[in-house]
Order: sequence, then structure tokens, then C-alpha cells
Amino acid sequence: MNWLTNVVRPKIKSLLAKRETPDNLWIKCPETGEMVFHRDLEANQFVIPSSGYHMRMPARRRLEVLFDGARYETIAVPPSPVDPLKFRDERRYTDRLKDAKAKTGNEDAVLLGIGQLDDMTVVAAVQDFDFMGGSLGMAAGEAIVTGMLAAVERRAPFILFAASGGARMQEGILSLMQMPRTTAAIQALREARLPYLVVLTNPTTGGVTASYAMLGDVHLAEPGALIGFAGPRVIEQTIREKLPDGFQRSEYLLEHGMVDMVVQRQDLRATLSRLCHVLTKTPKVEVVELEPVEVEQPAA
Amino acid sequence: MRSYLEFEKPVADLEGQIQELRVLAERGEAVDVTEEIGRLETKASQALQEIYQKLTPWQKTQIARHPDRPHFVDYVARLIEDFTPLSGDRKFAEDAAILGGFGRFRGQSVAVIGHEKGSDTASRIRHNFGMARPEGYRKAVRLMELADRFDVPVISLVDTAGAYPGIGAEERGQAEAIARSTEACLNIGVPNVALIIGEGGSGGAIAIATANRVLMLEHAIYSVISPEGAASILWRDPARAQDAATNMKITAQDLIRFKVIDGVIPEPLGGAHRAPEAVIDAAGAAIAEAFAGMAGLSREEVRRQRREKFLAIGRVL
Repeated sequence: MNWLTNVVRPKIKSLLAKRETPDNLWIKCPETGEMVFHRDLEANQFVIPSSGYHMRMPARRRLEVLFDGARYETIAVPPSPVDPLKFRDERRYTDRLKDAKAKTGNEDAVLLGIGQLDDMTVVAAVQDFDFMGGSLGMAAGEAIVTGMLAAVERRAPFILFAASGGARMQEGILSLMQMPRTTAAIQALREARLPYLVVLTNPTTGGVTASYAMLGDVHLAEPGALIGFAGPRVIEQTIREKLPDGFQRSEYLLEHGMVDMVVQRQDLRATLSRLCHVLTKTPKVEVVELEPVEVEQPAA
Repeated sequence: MRSYLEFEKPVADLEGQIQELRVLAERGEAVDVTEEIGRLETKASQALQEIYQKLTPWQKTQIARHPDRPHFVDYVARLIEDFTPLSGDRKFAEDAAILGGFGRFRGQSVAVIGHEKGSDTASRIRHNFGMARPEGYRKAVRLMELADRFDVPVISLVDTAGAYPGIGAEERGQAEAIARSTEACLNIGVPNVALIIGEGGSGGAIAIATANRVLMLEHAIYSVISPEGAASILWRDPARAQDAATNMKITAQDLIRFKVIDGVIPEPLGGAHRAPEAVIDAAGAAIAEAFAGMAGLSREEVRRQRREKFLAIGRVL
């Protein structure tokens, strides 16, 4: 052995060893600091088992958990113009888009699925916060519109999982126009008397909250989600004081009448299914063995 | 006293000189200044023309926010007869950041709603600088629904930096209020025309600007976020507002190219504040023309056209 093997090799080994244990195997609970093994977290729908903290859930997993047998079909969204403003801030918008696509494997911030929820056809849209903060641009707006119109066509309820920092500023006014566009599509759902259920997840703010995310027939919110119009930082800068604890969180919105209920992620599917079935007057699907009951007929 | 914008300095200097000469002449201290005044006036108007021929988006932003620019109350005073202002959202409070009421426009009953920024310190505070809270949008919904029931068309005058970001506003559902107001704009079976007279600031604007026809004054701006806001988020430097204003394409000339608006109303040389009456009259003519183009449409047709117009925005650029 020469000095090279003695001195250098251990360092290389330690480098290799680091690569073998990626740092996302163990996930830290933002609330308690507890470390949770990633498989345990995934098995629990990304909710920390001991603290109940709701971590961000990958958009695709939302659809898999929602639909019977994790089976669903995607819905094709007509292409939208790309980078109409030829926008550039510190970086080119097209580069940011490329990165977001590579990071998420998705075309834009909204995923659509159609499938069965306890044997009832439903259409669902999921906003992917990992794609540029779930921001609402032309492609995302077109996906929401397409999903809603597909629900009308199939006479299916529409379920939205909202997560967004707001409008996609790099698309300027065309991003703002997604607010009335999505609202116009909601009118079609309303006229068809189809349920529009919104699940507000962490975080949902800005133009998304100020349009389709606050226009649901029923609003569910995951525990502790930040939901509001202006972000906390903007408000603090405007009023120059610290915001109260729990401000703009799900429980706060419930108290102030803006959401119908705060629902644990584990109970979301059952709650959504129940609402879809009851609102569309569809009988329950579970086959339950019942004892025959003698019913007294009222006297004629 | 006229307020000048920074880039209008050459004009300000010349017009200042003219003013001084006039004062001297009045006092009898100068002899025959008419010729000199005439010469300076020509120069001032040339300077103004030069500046206004090549305004940058950031300069337009400043013109759109000019303190002397005509506001909601000026338009209503000149265009609407029998104007009867109405107050309150019937739920919580009156919010004077959005004004509204009923009156007659060229003999026809109309509802008018819009942001008012105020024109002096007291009125600016009363109107919260045109930044509405949820109650403002809920009042707008109430007035639109009234207009719908009485089959009266709606004029919206848009002039806001944006909806107010505050604790109370969030507590009472700012986002929901804006969303419902946009929905009301789309729901009503009477024609509506929106005119952006100054700033069209994001959701706070769209809440009353979702109309069958959307018009803009030549130097008004309409944007998803203020240039300062975009600069601090995207460039992490509020001082880059000029770049943000340019890159975000917020001018009337940009927006007509994107087919987001339907018409641009020219402003007099030097901006609306130099000849408010002329601008307001031109706005009145454009609004009348927009309504005339929708005459005889059924309620269903009015709603259908509005909805399809918005769904079509951005599909083909």
C-alpha cells in the first residue's frame, strides 16, 4: 500500500457512502422535529403519524388515493401559448418552465384525472405546488376549464385539490385572465347542477383563492393549511405589525365561516365520496348485510 | 398648482417660466411679454409632445397614478344624470373604496360602480386610496344584482392599486368577496362595460372588470401585480419596478394586442389630467358605442357572449 490508498481512499469512501443514503430517506416533522422514515410517511398519506402534521403530498398520489383502485385516466388539455410575454426576470421564464417540468415530470401545475370514486364517475384536478408554486398561468387555467367542462359533459362531480401561491406573474395579464375564465367554467358546472367540491391544501393564496378555490359548493380544508388572499408577508409589510398565531390557517377560516369543515387527510376520500353521492342523490354503494326488519305499514 | 411627474421636468421648467412672466406682466414690471410667452408655450408643447410620444411603461404607470387624474366621482358628475349613490353591503359595513349607484346615462337608466381613490388627504383616507375591503366587493355584487333585476346595464370604472391586504379584510373573506364579485359580473343578464380609467390592479380590478366590453384609457395600466410587487418578488429588489413594468406588458397598447381589452380611448396630450372634460366625454362616447353594439341582445345572449369572450382570451394570440 502506498500513501494514496491510505490517505485518500477513506475520503472517497465517505463521499460514496453519502450518495448511498439520500437525505430524503428520513423526513423531519416541521412541527416537532421528529424524524420519520419515508416509507412510513408515504404509507400514512404524507401525514406525520405521531404529530398529525400534514406534509405536502405529491400531486399524482392525490389522484391515486382518490380513485377506486388508484385507477384513473388523464384528460387531454388543449395546448396554451408558451411564454406570450417573452418574460425574463433574473432568469428566462422558459428556463424556469423547463426546470419545473424536469423536476415534476408534469407539463404544468394542474393534473387532471377522471375515474371512479366508490363507483361514481368524478373528475378531479390537482394543483402541484412543486410546479412553480402551483401558480396559475394559461396552461393551468386551461386545465381547470377543461376539467370542469369535461365534468359537465360526463355529468360528473368536479373535485379540486387547491395548492397555489397565486397567479403566475411571468404571464402577466394573461395569468390574471384565468380568474374570470375559470369562473366562467364554474358557471357551466352550476347550470348542470353538478357538485363542485374544493379541498384547500397548504398553501392556497392569491388569485387562486380569489377565484375558483373560493367558489366551491362545499369547501374542505386540510388541517393547518395556509389559506388567504394576501400572503402573510405582504400583510405584515402593509400594517407593520406581527400577525396573530393561527392567522389564515384552516381552523381560522372555519371559525370565520369560509370553509365548511377541516378534514384529516385520511378522512378526505370518504368525505368527498359521501358528499358526491348525497348531493347527486345516488344511493350508497357499499353492500351491507342487514337483518330483515318488519316495517309496520300505516293503516289505510 | 399643477403637479408634474419627474420625467415632465423640461415641461415643468418652461411652464414655470411662462407663469413667472405672466405674473410680472400683471404687476406691470415687464413690457410686452406676449411674444416671449408665445415662444415658450410653443416650446413647452413641443417638449410635452416629445415626452408623450415615447412613454415607457413605467412612465405610464406614473401617469395612471397621477394625483390630478380624473377619478370615479369626476366621471359620474359629468356623465351621469340623476345619480343616486347607494351604500353598504347589507352584511357588515360600508366601504367607500368602491362607490356605486343608479342614474341616467344619455337618458338611459344605468348602474355605475367603481373604485374611488380620493383627491386630497381626507378623502384619500375615507376611500382607503381606492383599495377595497370585502365589503366593497359585496356592495358591488349587491348593486349588480339589483341592476340585473331591474334590467339596467352596468358601467364599471376601474381604478385601484389592488384589494386591501389587512387582517380585517382576510378575516372577513377578501378572497371570497372578490371571487363572488367576478362571478356576479359573469352572471348578470344585463350588458356591462368596464373602463379602466387609471390603475387596473390585479384581483381587486378583475372583480368588477369582467365585462362584455373592457375599455382602457390610453395611459391606464392593467396588471396581475403592481410593478413594485413583481420587482420585489421576481427580482427581490423593489427598485427594479421599471423592469417589471416593461416586462409584464401592462399598457393599453400591449393589452389590445393580446386581445384582453376591446378598445383604447385616446388621452389628450400630457395625459387625462391636462384636459379631464375631454377625456370624460371621449369615455362617454366609447361607453355609449359599446352599449349600442349590444342593443337588442337577450339576457341569455348577453351572458353567453360574455362567458365565451373570456373563455376565448389567450387561446389564440
